[in-house]
Amino acid sequence: MSIRLSVNGQTRELDVDPDMPLLWALRDHLALTGTKFGCGMALCGACTVHIDGQPTRSCVTPVAAVAGRQITTIEGLSTAAGRAVQAAWVSLDVPQCGYCQSGQIMSAAGLLASKPRPTDADIDGAMAGNICRCATYVRIRKAIHQAAETLAAAPQ
Amino acid sequence: MNFMTRRQFVRVTTLAGSGLTLGLMLPGCAPKQAASLAGSSATHPFAMPFVHIAPDNTVTVICKQLEAGQGVWTGLPAIVAEELDAAWSQMRVASAPAEVPTYGNLALDPKGRMQGTGGSTSVANSWMQLRQAGATARAMLVQAAAQSWSVPTGEITVADGMVTHAASGRKASFGDLAGKAAGVPVPEQVPLKDPSQFKLIGRGHLPRLDSRAKSCGKQTYAIDVGMPGMMTAVVLRPPRFGGKLASFDDSKCKAVPGVVDVVAIPRGVAVIGRDLWSAKKGRDLLQVRWDESAAEKRGTRELLAEYRRLAAGRKAVTVSNRGNADAALQHAHRVIEAQFEFPYLAHAPMEPLTAVCRLTADHCDIWAGDQFQTFDQMNAAREVGLQPHQVSIHTLAAGGTFGRRATPDSDYVSEVAAIAKATGGRYPVRLIWTREDDITGGRYRPLNLHRITAGLTADGKVAFRQRVVGQSIIAGTPLAAMMANGVDPLAVGGSAADQYDLEHASVSWSSPQVGVPVLWWRSVENTHMAFSKEVIMDELAEAAKEDPIAFRLARLKTRPRHAAVLKLVAEKAGWDQPFAGGKGRGRGVAIQESFGSVVAQVAEVTVSGNDIRVDRVVCAVDCGIAVTPDVIEAQMQSGIGFGLSAALYGAITLTGGRVDQSNFDGYRVLRMNEMPKVVEVYIVPSTQPPSGVGEPGTPPIAPAVANAVRMASGIRLRRLPFDLAAARRA
Repeated sequence: MSIRLSVNGQTRELDVDPDMPLLWALRDHLALTGTKFGCGMALCGACTVHIDGQPTRSCVTPVAAVAGRQITTIEGLSTAAGRAVQAAWVSLDVPQCGYCQSGQIMSAAGLLASKPRPTDADIDGAMAGNICRCATYVRIRKAIHQAAETLAAAPQ
Repeated sequence: MNFMTRRQFVRVTTLAGSGLTLGLMLPGCAPKQAASLAGSSATHPFAMPFVHIAPDNTVTVICKQLEAGQGVWTGLPAIVAEELDAAWSQMRVASAPAEVPTYGNLALDPKGRMQGTGGSTSVANSWMQLRQAGATARAMLVQAAAQSWSVPTGEITVADGMVTHAASGRKASFGDLAGKAAGVPVPEQVPLKDPSQFKLIGRGHLPRLDSRAKSCGKQTYAIDVGMPGMMTAVVLRPPRFGGKLASFDDSKCKAVPGVVDVVAIPRGVAVIGRDLWSAKKGRDLLQVRWDESAAEKRGTRELLAEYRRLAAGRKAVTVSNRGNADAALQHAHRVIEAQFEFPYLAHAPMEPLTAVCRLTADHCDIWAGDQFQTFDQMNAAREVGLQPHQVSIHTLAAGGTFGRRATPDSDYVSEVAAIAKATGGRYPVRLIWTREDDITGGRYRPLNLHRITAGLTADGKVAFRQRVVGQSIIAGTPLAAMMANGVDPLAVGGSAADQYDLEHASVSWSSPQVGVPVLWWRSVENTHMAFSKEVIMDELAEAAKEDPIAFRLARLKTRPRHAAVLKLVAEKAGWDQPFAGGKGRGRGVAIQESFGSVVAQVAEVTVSGNDIRVDRVVCAVDCGIAVTPDVIEAQMQSGIGFGLSAALYGAITLTGGRVDQSNFDGYRVLRMNEMPKVVEVYIVPSTQPPSGVGEPGTPPIAPAVANAVRMASGIRLRRLPFDLAAARRA
């Protein structure tokens, strides 16, 4: 069955099982490997992408359910919040093994899009679904605050 | 559609963040070329084993250690850059091929016959080797400049990646000189800097070389490797450890669109599909009969009953014996008897185990976040029927390991090689372990039970007796040669007898035969040995009515490094001030030497009901010369978070030989909202050679928290993971 997806602003045609999770369509059929597999059950957040701007776990989202929706992966993240988050991640050297960081960044960018000046409690709420086994959490928190400051200082 | 385009495969071969494409992984390369870095010499006229310099002025450090997050792709280039007088911005890094002794780990084997990463040895074993490599390259660049300019080498200076002759005003970059430098004789002896001259090492924040790629989704892990025609495999393994395949029916499995092959391999049944989803769907429909005649069928309850019996029994080997603990305990006026229990723990790295194999008649290529190249090369060769030199290991960044990717029998690498063999090498194949495969797949930190009797004699001396019951990690593996007098040092190291000046101390070990496979787990034996030691020291201090830090310092008089670390953590935590806690708050301390480094931590906690929250952790570390202080800080934070996962939540349990947990719902790990808001790290200045940082941050945190919970709630926690409700009932 052919499914039409809009990924990072491009229309892509896929012939896959409609039940296939979006994660595997992205990784195995569109070669967008920045989005990671961690658990397959929406427990770890490594697979987080944006669907119409909302952070979503792609490992439990059937590909057929997102036909026609706007899908953004780490490769296509280009919002102001996204860029500020990535810059903060680099300047604070947040990543260690780095494997969960695409998902962390997609969640953080989603948080800043809805809450430009998040509190620590906001960060806990938005990021608790993203596991980091390297426990880079202290720097993630710091980087989100730093990105928020960058966004606040930027000319609108 | 095409599984992956040629362009994307080429992207895999580009070292993310470096812009550098080495020849070694390009499609079309003959396999033999793919095995070495020789293919890159066209773009790297200067190519020593550890240092390549390209005309574009980049310096690539060939890294023999696995980057799994611990920062070796930054720390090892820093060592070379320092002696080379390079600019940090020109440094790049690439993984070494599997090649001993050139790339052997000198800490694991001084003769370099074992390439691998472990024991927090990466910087320590590379320290002199890479300083010499950097200084040698520098000397050759200087020689090349001297010849070009017809000036004495003594008049040439090197700084920030520029070679300069001040008198004539001539300058050249490393890239300019690389070709000529490659032709000068390699000097046999080169001077090394005095540490006081260091400009990069220990001098502030050197940005990680992998941060940008890892923040843009561009770092390539084994699970991301793609190549034309590649298929994806998952394996159905026996549900009980030690089970064997009896027979299987794949008719329903093969009916799943996209399933390509189903093959039996020594460790189970592999289902191969055009993508992960079809392979996994097929596996769900596989019908298998297992022969469980030799399988481990006991559960945690039965194992613990056996361990308790062994803890009280006489059958054990002596680990250490000082003074006369038995006699001293008979006369001690305060005696504490305590039993500690530690569960099996899964490593659960975020990237599940994954490897890619491409097999031809006379060569085998493996791509993996490879931690034990030498073993993996030998085991893969055995599986496919080739010689080890016919197996190339392409080491990619690993999405975490914590010890899991270092297995003497190369479990997942052996599996992918077996699949490639069984399918005749008809296509490159990628094996992915699902999270369920990972959590239920064994190789756990061993279940342990400690029984300790400790007391204070009338003259204030400590008498200490400990029985450790736990499986050996190395028995039955090629590393069993490390055992001495029947003792596995990776089961019982780091005890109170080893780490304090105790007058009477004896430690014994009983090692039960259990069919659950076990493995080193970040900081290995220190995860449990430090816990019981540091909790008992607190109990003894309490019995003696002494301050826990003063009590410890009195027993560390011959260990100045330990004392300095403990004093630093006390000062930074404000230990001399009364703890402004209030109801339900407490603070506790713990210290452990592991992997050549000493780490102490003070934890501040809040206990509300049966809930434990860790608010603040202050950490002091002596790891010798601090090569990259920012990475060391990150590793201490990481070790603390990893240890907290185990202290608060981590447990693998079995019922009837089957693992009860299967994913992050049952096997809970620390999340953002559970990480202490404040983690402060302080490094003790040192002139000693660097020692480990990847693991030593983990051991002290659990006992520090347990000791803090005692102050906050009056409850002594002796079983992990912590369960305050159960401890209150006990």
